[in-house]
Amino acid sequence: MIVRVERKNMTSRTIAGAGRAVALIIAVGLSALSLDATRASAAEQEHPPRQSWSFSGPFGKFDPAQLQRGFKVYREVCSNCHALSMVAFRNLAEPGGLGLTEEQAKAIAGEYKIEDGPNDSGDMFERPGRLSDYFPSPFPNEQAARAANGGAHPPDMSTLAKARTYERGFPTFLFDIVTQFQEQGQDYIHALVGGYEEAPEGVKPPKNGLHYNKYFPGHWIGMAPPIQEGQVDYTDGTPATVDQYGKDVASFLTWAAEPHLVARKKTGLVVMFFLVIFAGLLYFTKKRVWAGLKEKHA
Amino acid sequence: MEGHSVYQPKSGVAKWFEDRLPIVGLVHASAVAYPVPRNLNYFWTFGGILTVMLVAQILTGVVLAMHYVPDSTLAFASVEKIMRDVNYGWLLRYMHANGASMFFIAVYIHMFRGLYYGSYQAPREVLWILGVLILLLMMATAFMGYVLPWGQMSFWGATVITNLFSAFPLVGPSIVTWLWGGFSVGDPTLNRFFALHYLLPFMIAGVVGLHIWALHHVGQNNPTGVEVKDIRKDTVPFTPYATLKDSFAMVCFFIFFAWFIFYLPNFLGHADNYTEANPLVTPAHIVPEWYFLPFYAILRAVPSKLGGVLLMFGAIAVLLFLPWLDGSKVRSANYRPIYRIFFFLLVADCIYLGWIGSKPAISPYVGLSQLAAAYYFLHFLVILPIVSRLETPKPLPASIADSVLANGSGPLPGQPGLAPLVGGSTHGQV
Repeated sequence: MIVRVERKNMTSRTIAGAGRAVALIIAVGLSALSLDATRASAAEQEHPPRQSWSFSGPFGKFDPAQLQRGFKVYREVCSNCHALSMVAFRNLAEPGGLGLTEEQAKAIAGEYKIEDGPNDSGDMFERPGRLSDYFPSPFPNEQAARAANGGAHPPDMSTLAKARTYERGFPTFLFDIVTQFQEQGQDYIHALVGGYEEAPEGVKPPKNGLHYNKYFPGHWIGMAPPIQEGQVDYTDGTPATVDQYGKDVASFLTWAAEPHLVARKKTGLVVMFFLVIFAGLLYFTKKRVWAGLKEKHA
Repeated sequence: MEGHSVYQPKSGVAKWFEDRLPIVGLVHASAVAYPVPRNLNYFWTFGGILTVMLVAQILTGVVLAMHYVPDSTLAFASVEKIMRDVNYGWLLRYMHANGASMFFIAVYIHMFRGLYYGSYQAPREVLWILGVLILLLMMATAFMGYVLPWGQMSFWGATVITNLFSAFPLVGPSIVTWLWGGFSVGDPTLNRFFALHYLLPFMIAGVVGLHIWALHHVGQNNPTGVEVKDIRKDTVPFTPYATLKDSFAMVCFFIFFAWFIFYLPNFLGHADNYTEANPLVTPAHIVPEWYFLPFYAILRAVPSKLGGVLLMFGAIAVLLFLPWLDGSKVRSANYRPIYRIFFFLLVADCIYLGWIGSKPAISPYVGLSQLAAAYYFLHFLVILPIVSRLETPKPLPASIADSVLANGSGPLPGQPGLAPLVGGSTHGQV
């Protein structure tokens, strides 16, 4: 059996390319026998600078204009390599999100070619997208994606905002419970988009075709700098900077990963209100009843 | 134990039914009249909280199972479908996922309460052992539940944990193949984990029934550790006293729970689990859920795999012998000043083990985990048996009622007949 070990995109990972058995053995070896350099490099991860997000905190909401801008960046740039397979066109018109009308969402769907079929003669055919369709993926499968991207697999972006993080460390992670900070993924995505820089002197990529990124764990990422200043036209006067693109696309991906975020936080407020009042009522009832116990016998 | 009042069916129909199946009387005896030591503090509310959490987990879980697909190519997408398209699916799933963590928070508090107040001592040994069995079942259930979303951490966690069994000599590899239903974690594994994840909670419910039965047979321990001597002086009826106190504590617990569900739903999980399982890509950092971290640290503290596995299971098995390892005549740590110090050292050690468990197994964490793991066993196998037998405890209050009086929060001395008047019961105030 041949074991091929190489650096991979997104986090520095070990890939065992000779069947599951080898992968399993390596995994167990790694975890049981204390981890190696891949862990050390994960620990070195640069903390992305903290951004402010409209959807953070208990009253957080998406900014529809920002989501629409982020969607534009996704369509014009990211979607060339990254799938968004779990988001449907109908979602674009759902409340708490981009704020598009059903007609607008329908029009967007219509711009996509969707493979359907088989028809009555047994052939697959292409037709314009409908609201019920999901965003088509840029590659038919992972192998095709890797072949087109120098061996790296551009991850599906449907859950990406929740699938990325960095270690907060003690005691910060405890404060996060109180402050409700949970935007590590968003901060990371924003930082990564603008995090390309010259590699420090003497540092060489482990293989050709990798790019140095300050915030990527292990620093060498398969994705080339994805976007440049002015590449996507903003019509609402928002500055077309890489920093702004990063913020907008991270917001859009948050919506894509958690389309019911606004409903969740709104419901939470009602539930909290109810529970606190209920707890108060119970507390005083309990006090009254237990006090009765004392009075009766005192 | 004798209750404060006895159920007396009022209507003819109720009487007819009670003569044939005395279930209303049973409920009345265990949830209304059941005598509760009057000095219980809020640490005693976690049993009720755990019962409610078990029911909540089963209810949300049954609905989730209606939408979930246990197939390695569809599982991840079906969970996302629940999150996106099922009505309030996001709420159900976040309740269920965070509910598991809340379950463990409550059970660990519940257990440390038992350790502190000596609740495992005679005559509550069987009650305690049933509790340890519940913990084991919970761990198995939680572990298999975490595999179901079929994310990266699901897959690799399952791989690492099931592989532990390969450490056993001769039969190890065969056991692992048998667990997997194949030669790697795959479809058969996912299917059986789903089936067992659905089955085990009902087994937990069964053992919980025995746990409560045993509890109601021997009666609750209390912060003094002094047995109830006079039911009328030392106890209050479960309803309304404990019912209201438990309800208040439960709602406070729900506030804490809701904080995570609605505002930090992924705080207690792993980001990696939002990436679909890929057998060819190993995550940089395979970590179990937080509630397994202390055991994970013990597992990794031992250089030999078999030794680590045995020690990890030993960490739970040692709890089964606790009633006999503790030789103290006094239960509550309130009256055992030296044991009390060691109790808090044990709590600190467990938290510390949890922290190490979350760290990569590199220097200096390996050395630290060995120290912490050694201390864990030292506590149960050396410190507790010796300290409990040599320590001279502080004087105990003569009775539960006396201890309440000493705090100035109870009835005045010399007042007979302390039990309150409840629901037409005639005893109590004379």
